[in-house]
Amino acid sequence: MSDHAGTEAVLPEGGEGVRRRDFINIAAVSAAGVGGVVTLLPLISQMAPSADVLAASSTELDISAIAPGQAIKAVFRKQPVFVRNLTPAEIAEANSVDVNSLRDPQTLKERTKEGKENWLITMGVCTHLGCVPLGAGEGEVKGEFGGYFCPCHGSHYDTAARIRKGPAPANLQVPEYAFTSDTVVKIG
Amino acid sequence: MSFPWANEYKPQAPLMQWLDEKLPLPRFVYNAIGAGYPVPRNLNYMWNFGVLAGFCLVIQIVTGVILAMHYAANAGVAFDSVEHIMRDVNWGWMMRYAHANGASAFFVVVYLHIFRGFFYGSYKAPREMIWLLGVVIFLLMMATAFMGYVLPWGQMSFWGAKVITGLFGAIPLVGEPIQTWLLGGFAPDNAALNRFFSLHFLLPFVIAAVVVLHIWALHIPGSSNPTGVEVKSESDTVPFHPYYTAKDGFGLGVFLIGYCALLFFAPNALGHPDNYIPANPLSTPAHIVPEWYFWPFYAILRAFTYDFFFIPAKLMGVLAMFGAILVWFFLPWLDRSPVRSGHYRPLFRKFFWFGLIPAMAVLFYCGGAPAEEPYVMLSQIASLYYFAHFLIILPVVSAIERPTALPYSITEAVLGQDEGSVLAPAAVPHSA
Repeated sequence: MSDHAGTEAVLPEGGEGVRRRDFINIAAVSAAGVGGVVTLLPLISQMAPSADVLAASSTELDISAIAPGQAIKAVFRKQPVFVRNLTPAEIAEANSVDVNSLRDPQTLKERTKEGKENWLITMGVCTHLGCVPLGAGEGEVKGEFGGYFCPCHGSHYDTAARIRKGPAPANLQVPEYAFTSDTVVKIG
Repeated sequence: MSFPWANEYKPQAPLMQWLDEKLPLPRFVYNAIGAGYPVPRNLNYMWNFGVLAGFCLVIQIVTGVILAMHYAANAGVAFDSVEHIMRDVNWGWMMRYAHANGASAFFVVVYLHIFRGFFYGSYKAPREMIWLLGVVIFLLMMATAFMGYVLPWGQMSFWGAKVITGLFGAIPLVGEPIQTWLLGGFAPDNAALNRFFSLHFLLPFVIAAVVVLHIWALHIPGSSNPTGVEVKSESDTVPFHPYYTAKDGFGLGVFLIGYCALLFFAPNALGHPDNYIPANPLSTPAHIVPEWYFWPFYAILRAFTYDFFFIPAKLMGVLAMFGAILVWFFLPWLDRSPVRSGHYRPLFRKFFWFGLIPAMAVLFYCGGAPAEEPYVMLSQIASLYYFAHFLIILPVVSAIERPTALPYSITEAVLGQDEGSVLAPAAVPHSA
């Protein structure tokens, strides 16, 4: 062994111009680089919703007390959700609209469950900038189309909670939900 | 940096000589903001606002660290802990009002500082880097102020957080996951409040670090001045201390009178009563507006009500709002005129006073008004002018404008004559 092991490796080996030190350099820096990037994952992931937030991400509701024409505000993922029992007149009004004339074309049928067309379940979050529209509570303004009205920037929704007028780009979002019985609905 | 005639730091006391050898911090300060920094002799009061902005940062950090000793960043108790500060903590009311109004004062002086730069062409070579760092500081200030406003967890705090993080939701495809990630949930809640508090505490120190870079970059070419003519000789400058420490001290006194008047006599004048209602995720206040210093940009956000080709209106508004500040980064290259100061640019001056300033005033007013006509249309016109000013008017004006005659030097501008300029031509007949 030489006393100058560190400097000896500077000489090219095999005439290829690749030194053992180059290999060590690249391997070390690559390992450190990959390690650094992998370390970023937990640093980024910690900001995503935590387990307790996700655990509270489904809600069961008893809807037996909601009479036709009434609506309730419930909480789903810390946000309001509107459950509305449509009257036959409201259903007829929603079905009479030419779907292709809408900003976000959807039929009432597509926005409700088969055989439960009177139950309109949507998020109570305006698709413009996230305000809570009026119209679910007793005596609140329902807007020009009899559905919901957002007071922040004047978006009007119809009886199928579809956007009809104002700045909002889309219909009120329909969350994932299922009827666990005739009177209980599970959202999320 | 320095000009060759800058005073040299010569410590007299043995202790200071010893310190100068080991850690020349006093020398650094002397050369940065002391007698060792030669500054143009003709600076007007518009040059006070840099020092005032630095002073505001100190107010915010001192009052902010104190408030953090009494505040609890938990959605369940945050609102009550702020009321605890207001009612129970000794001098707590003053710390909180000083901090809330300190933010307003900070933005007042920073806006004036930025408009000084716009008018006197402070962003031009060789000072581009100072300008770019300044824009970075402004962006950091906006982020810090927004997150600070969320902390009291009142109605405006909550809905402000929801609307502003909702802006990221406008990004196609990845928008909603990004919004959820930023909030740590599906709506603002404990996770969001906690991270906002953490970042609100951190960012002012990041700002302080960028301020150091800003001043460092300033000391390489030295300060600009109202004529825009570069320093030529020693007679063009005076030492920063005592000349500008005194002038800045006077300005600071005037500033403090205004700040204290606001703080002690109208502490809630710039706030919103809605923020004294605890956050309620199920009820939106009828009229959501940000704090006054964001109004011009909020007006630009809301000016886009129609889809723009294939870009939805909501995304377009978000892009325009961020673009309104990002365009400042390109300012040194959009304004091609070799003349810096607006004093010697007749055409530029007209567009500045009768174009940019009124457009900003309209945007400011409309941003605080409800989103209805005529404010929407007014913001659309003003937004259009705002972007046209930077992207079309400035490049065209700087190409066609004929500037008026510049003084030979700062000394000539101040005294009416400069020996340097008189001697040069006068020497010719003598030698002939």
